[in-house]
Amino acid sequence: MKFDLNKIDIPFLKAPPHEARLLPEGRMAGPMPWVIAIIMFLTILSAAAGLSLARSAEGLDADLAGRVTIQIVEANPDKRAAQTAAVEKELARLAGVQSFRRVPDAEVSALLQPWFGAEALDEDLPVPTLVDVTIDSAAPGAFATMRSSVTAVAPSARVEAHAQWLGPLTRLLGSLTFLAWMLVVLMGGATLSIVVLAARSALNTHRETIEVMHLLGATDAQIAQLFQRRIALDALFGAGIGLAAALITMVLLRGRLAAVGSELLGSVGIGWVGWLFLLIMPALSAGLATIAARTTILSALRRIL
Amino acid sequence: MSHIIQFENVGLRYGTGAETLSDITFSLAKGGFYFLTGPSGAGKTSLLKLLYLSQRPSRGLIRLFGDDMVTMPRDKLPMYRRRIGVVFQDFRLVPHLSAFDNIALPLRVSGVAEKDIDHTVREMLNWVGLGDRASARPATLSGGEQQRVAIARAVITRPDVLLADEPTGNVDPDMAARLLRLFDALNQLGTTIVVATHDLHLLSRIPGAHIMRLADGHLPDPTGTLRNPPLREPVSV
Repeated sequence: MKFDLNKIDIPFLKAPPHEARLLPEGRMAGPMPWVIAIIMFLTILSAAAGLSLARSAEGLDADLAGRVTIQIVEANPDKRAAQTAAVEKELARLAGVQSFRRVPDAEVSALLQPWFGAEALDEDLPVPTLVDVTIDSAAPGAFATMRSSVTAVAPSARVEAHAQWLGPLTRLLGSLTFLAWMLVVLMGGATLSIVVLAARSALNTHRETIEVMHLLGATDAQIAQLFQRRIALDALFGAGIGLAAALITMVLLRGRLAAVGSELLGSVGIGWVGWLFLLIMPALSAGLATIAARTTILSALRRIL
Repeated sequence: MSHIIQFENVGLRYGTGAETLSDITFSLAKGGFYFLTGPSGAGKTSLLKLLYLSQRPSRGLIRLFGDDMVTMPRDKLPMYRRRIGVVFQDFRLVPHLSAFDNIALPLRVSGVAEKDIDHTVREMLNWVGLGDRASARPATLSGGEQQRVAIARAVITRPDVLLADEPTGNVDPDMAARLLRLFDALNQLGTTIVVATHDLHLLSRIPGAHIMRLADGHLPDPTGTLRNPPLREPVSV
């Protein structure tokens, strides 16, 4: 069965037959719908990237907010044990500390094993003691108070907030998110430009018909409606094709990301609000195209008496 | 209102060139029949453009149906254009529309319901002798047939004013006589008719018609009848 785009009707955009006959080209005529399909494909991928990067940055922030690691770097095992005990006692006392956990030696050894090998991790190799701490990130000065208290009782302690380690990564994610949304804005500009060019081209193609309609008493709004309806339909179909291609690409990419097995990459997602936003983008694009087409046509018609 | 159209000292200049029309002053009585004559280049088409509101004058005053068209906002002009029927010299039919749709166009622009259009247009097609060519596109019609479609389109809304630019230029003498009878009949019903023509034989066909003779963009009026035309009462039907 042959697929004919001209037979697809959308009730609220359907023109009466006599109006459709005034502009005789079939739907999806000319390059505009296909250019919009390409732009929409890229826009949705950019928006999806922006949404998922923003969610990743939020997730990192949530994971890292208030997370602190204390390393007690002391070669003497007795002094290390004494300082560890002092640190645990101090942490239990501090109001800003929500929880803390001394990382078991076996867990630390497992972390170091890939670098040092199982044989090297014997009793003679001094390994720092690690204490994972969660502080109340909302409490002002909680980290500074905790650090000064800990270093006062354990001079060999190094106190490091996780956010400090991954700060450059979250800033990179923020920049990439901004870049992705800038691309969405630029693509929107490109869509507007192509619609304006298409509207002007349509006006030139149908100048004779427009002049006759004007002389017969047609208002600017009547003439603009003919064109804006056609352009809205073309934009909607082009955007729909772009959306379908982008969704297929995203599904394939998701499969590839899952295959990598990375915890960070595996957690990439856009949430249901993000999906909803992506799915309504063709309608938004068609709406934008309609407004741009109407504005362009009315502006051009004002130059005709 | 006795004067349906009034021009006072109207001038028209295209760009920075010399005036195409200068100091044009006349009044057209409601229900009058006027022939606009003059040699080629005298300004007949320019004067018609001012009459069918396709052009604004460079100077002077134009009143149509009692309203000032020079200062009228452009968004109000369509309502006035709908009261004027025009037969263009080059017909200006929409090439991709059938004869039926071309004739129906003024009705659709005016918002007439589709159910009321079919009968009216078919009656008009029959009246101009094109009842069997309703679905024909202009390119498949002869010059005379195209002209009849153009005339049918101009009169289908029963306009207050009918302007015709060389309406008999492409038809045989029989059809020319028939068209003039149509114009006369419309005139008898109250429509003001202005026919621009080179054909001097036409002038004698409508007794009582006024003649406006343009020469070099001027409209001489030695007897003053163009300024103050005698009124012609329409025949009530």
